[in-house]
Amino acid sequence: MSTVTESRKDTPVARRSAAHGAAGAGSGTGRARKVRSREERSPIASAGLHGALVAASLVAVFPLVYMVFISLRGRDGWTRPTSAEGGLEISNYTYVLTETEFPRWFANSLLVAAGTTVIGVFVAASTGYAISRMRFPGHRSLMWVLLVTQMFPVAVLIVALYNILGSMGLLDSYVGLILTYCSVSVPFCAWMMKGYFDTIPHEIDEAGRVDGLTPFGTFYRLILPLAKPGLAVTAFYSFITAWGEVAFARAFLSTDSMLTLSVGLQSFIGQHKAEWGYLTACAVIITIPAGLVFLLVQRNLVAGLTAGGTKG
Amino acid sequence: MKTATADPATAARPARTGLLTRMKRSYDRHWYAWAMVLPVVLVIGVLIAYPLGRGVYLSFTDANELNVAKQLGATEIPATYQFVGLDNYWRVLSGADGEFYPKLWWTVVWTVSCVVLHYTIGLALAMLLNRRLKGRSVYRVLLILPWAVPPFVATYVWRMMYNSESGIFNAVLGKLGFGPVDWLGDSLMQKVAVIGVNVWLGVPFMMVAILGGLQAISSEQYEAAEMDGASPWQRFRHVTLPGLRPVSATVIMLGTIWTFNMFPIIYLMLGEANALNSEILVTYAYRLAFGSVRDYAGAATYGIIILSMLLVFAVFYRRLLNRQEAAR
Repeated sequence: MSTVTESRKDTPVARRSAAHGAAGAGSGTGRARKVRSREERSPIASAGLHGALVAASLVAVFPLVYMVFISLRGRDGWTRPTSAEGGLEISNYTYVLTETEFPRWFANSLLVAAGTTVIGVFVAASTGYAISRMRFPGHRSLMWVLLVTQMFPVAVLIVALYNILGSMGLLDSYVGLILTYCSVSVPFCAWMMKGYFDTIPHEIDEAGRVDGLTPFGTFYRLILPLAKPGLAVTAFYSFITAWGEVAFARAFLSTDSMLTLSVGLQSFIGQHKAEWGYLTACAVIITIPAGLVFLLVQRNLVAGLTAGGTKG
Repeated sequence: MKTATADPATAARPARTGLLTRMKRSYDRHWYAWAMVLPVVLVIGVLIAYPLGRGVYLSFTDANELNVAKQLGATEIPATYQFVGLDNYWRVLSGADGEFYPKLWWTVVWTVSCVVLHYTIGLALAMLLNRRLKGRSVYRVLLILPWAVPPFVATYVWRMMYNSESGIFNAVLGKLGFGPVDWLGDSLMQKVAVIGVNVWLGVPFMMVAILGGLQAISSEQYEAAEMDGASPWQRFRHVTLPGLRPVSATVIMLGTIWTFNMFPIIYLMLGEANALNSEILVTYAYRLAFGSVRDYAGAATYGIIILSMLLVFAVFYRRLLNRQEAAR
């Protein structure tokens, strides 16, 4: 924290002198000087700035590096957290991939998350478009409902959904879980898609209308293809939401082979003995692919979220 | 709800025409829009509104595991729970149930401290990253990494690091000559531990969002402020913060709602039995519903109370923002 103020401290001097220069010589030189003043940073301030960022990066990265380290240390390597003797091995990985239900849970998670994503995005896209472009009776209240569903704590729906799914025989099934996740993902997808459609110029719709397309035609032929990046981001977001969900999965799934990852991993942590070696191996396998895709799309994720929020 | 807001739009047109004609006209004009939102309305209706209605109903009953309808072999046992009116709410809100106010207090502390830490750390890092410096994109990727980890994975990894005998934290403390800390057993350290994890997980989102907001502030505003001789603190106070307001409003609102309802971190970090003093309302309600004796009515009551509190918060927060907006 202290480095923040430190690095700020240098700019006043440089900037104030720029401002003085500007006062003397007019705004033109002031502007030129200011650009330079940003680069003029005293070595101490520079060190402080980099020091703060390096420290923050270490905090951010350490748990992940440590997770990889422990996963490569064999079954009981985690009990010697600071020693590296004995070297690295991949026995944890071979064990979880061949001897446990982990691949099955992985497939289950994949299936449920994919199902949720497809339904969520498919259902939400047209709604996002309609709220973005059309002013219709019910427009405001629908926006409001979409926002409010973000506030639902799991506890509000979970009992009722549990009873309803139970009476329909859908507990401990993929369909039941996908339906449940849709209650989370659909409003959210619609919200994010609205934000994305807002960034597509209205002239395109008008051009479509002039060419004799119906609003549906405009949507499917012109806007949807343009919205592919937005669709991808929304899809990804609902995917990771379903992928990491814990509460519903834990309450609704009971058969060992039906579990998703977020529930299944728990079985490595027993009451008396925890298999952190195996668990970290699973954790690495789960994190790496998801993390890579995530880093590709994260910039757009935030844009979608905040656009939906601020222009609501 | 729907009709209340729909009215002004229709009423704005000449009022002489009959209701049917008006409805028909409205339908002709808007049926495209309605057809397009229909799927979502259906999903919300079937998967949210109906369960919500049932949840509200359950909160007025004494339903639990023993008296709900169930299937035993081939015989169907009908439900025997009864309508008890506001009894559940009274028990919870009057404090008779003994759990609500302590947990509410901790939930509020948890939410406020997490959101404040998220926001301030996110803002500080975003301001650092918003400068011209070497290795900026490397720092950016490294700082975002925690966000890329599914929360349940992150929680397990932290739980391993907090382990009292073989965790890395206690190992490091031991090397430095300190005694071990019972991170996940002691009630206070549990709270510190879960806040630490949530801050670690949540800062990247704030940072990226605020960074986006910072880049949207035009440099001319800063130049004008400099010309007027504003100090860096004044520039921060009067240019940066107001410029960030739209983004801040959204992320603080979302962050508060998400944190208040944050389930996996506390549930997975502390387990069922050992978290009794560090449960937030959501995890407590969940334990009511799926714990040893399943108290469906109690869980539903807590759920509705949590939702109401968040709604009140959202309405007041929005109103506050609007008032600030108007005052500017």
